[in-house]
Amino acid sequence: MQLENRKSFIKGLKDSVPIMLGYFAVSFTLGINASAHGLSWLEAGLMSFLNHTSAGQAAGIAMIANDDSYLSVALSQAVINLRYLLMSAALALKLKKDTSLGLRLSMSYVVSDEIFGISALQKAPLNGWYNIGSMAAASPGWVLGTILGAVMGNVLRPDITMALSVALYSMFIAVVFPPIRHNAFLAVVVSASMALSYAFSVIKALSGISYGIKVILITIALSAFFAIIRPIEEQDNEA
Amino acid sequence: MKHNVYVYIIIMALVTYLIRMLPLAVLRKELKSRFLRSFLYYVPFVSLSVMTFPQILYATGSPALGALAMALSIGLSLAGVGLDIVALCSCLAVYLASLL
Repeated sequence: MQLENRKSFIKGLKDSVPIMLGYFAVSFTLGINASAHGLSWLEAGLMSFLNHTSAGQAAGIAMIANDDSYLSVALSQAVINLRYLLMSAALALKLKKDTSLGLRLSMSYVVSDEIFGISALQKAPLNGWYNIGSMAAASPGWVLGTILGAVMGNVLRPDITMALSVALYSMFIAVVFPPIRHNAFLAVVVSASMALSYAFSVIKALSGISYGIKVILITIALSAFFAIIRPIEEQDNEA
Repeated sequence: MKHNVYVYIIIMALVTYLIRMLPLAVLRKELKSRFLRSFLYYVPFVSLSVMTFPQILYATGSPALGALAMALSIGLSLAGVGLDIVALCSCLAVYLASLL
């Protein structure tokens, strides 16, 4: 049992090295952005340490600089980050049934797009220690990147930052595409999702919708649609 | 700024943590509904796809480099290459292509 937890932790740690690198690049620019909006490196770093959410933090930084009300900041975070509710629900169902409340509360600390992505596609049942290992690798990248960005501004050469900026997306692809080899219908799901996402970004009436809302809307609509036209069989559950 | 920055940060953190924590703390039993199970099965595929495209095209400032990263990543993923290697190759390819 102990050994199994340890193995899951180490696997999460290993799988999340690219996340750490990707986070470093993204949060570095977030740190630059925070200092440009008048936040200190300590405030920017603390925000990253407590939130781990790029879109939410970017919105928060802008609203803090604008001296918006506490309530509107809370609401904006709830809306932009609502997708994590769906992600946590998906993880909860994958999780080993006897997972302790303490581990459940701990792994909730970082349910990010990326950590969700790699943990959601682990073989069920999911060991929560996988997520703990994952955040142990990814979080320092996120927090240190933010602080360095806030302190040092543009020290990373722009061509390096640019090359690193595709890392997160390549990881998403590496998570989403392999299961297609065993379930061809997922190719339809992925293509439809990307097509609709693209439509949202080019159709004028829809392009004003924020990133967080767009992710929520399309995820709910398409997941429900596919759940109706193609409900999963019992054996699909572990993918 | 009239408001306290640290209060802002704590509020953001609490709201975000609650959203992440509630489903994990509350959902414990096997879901009976086949619809809900199917729905949650599709959530990661849809949400990650939406977050990838078209954003990957804009990430580098050059849609061509983004498309290169995407095509390479899809090819390697379908060939069974691990996720860390996929990300690394993609960054490297973008870097090398940007030198051309």
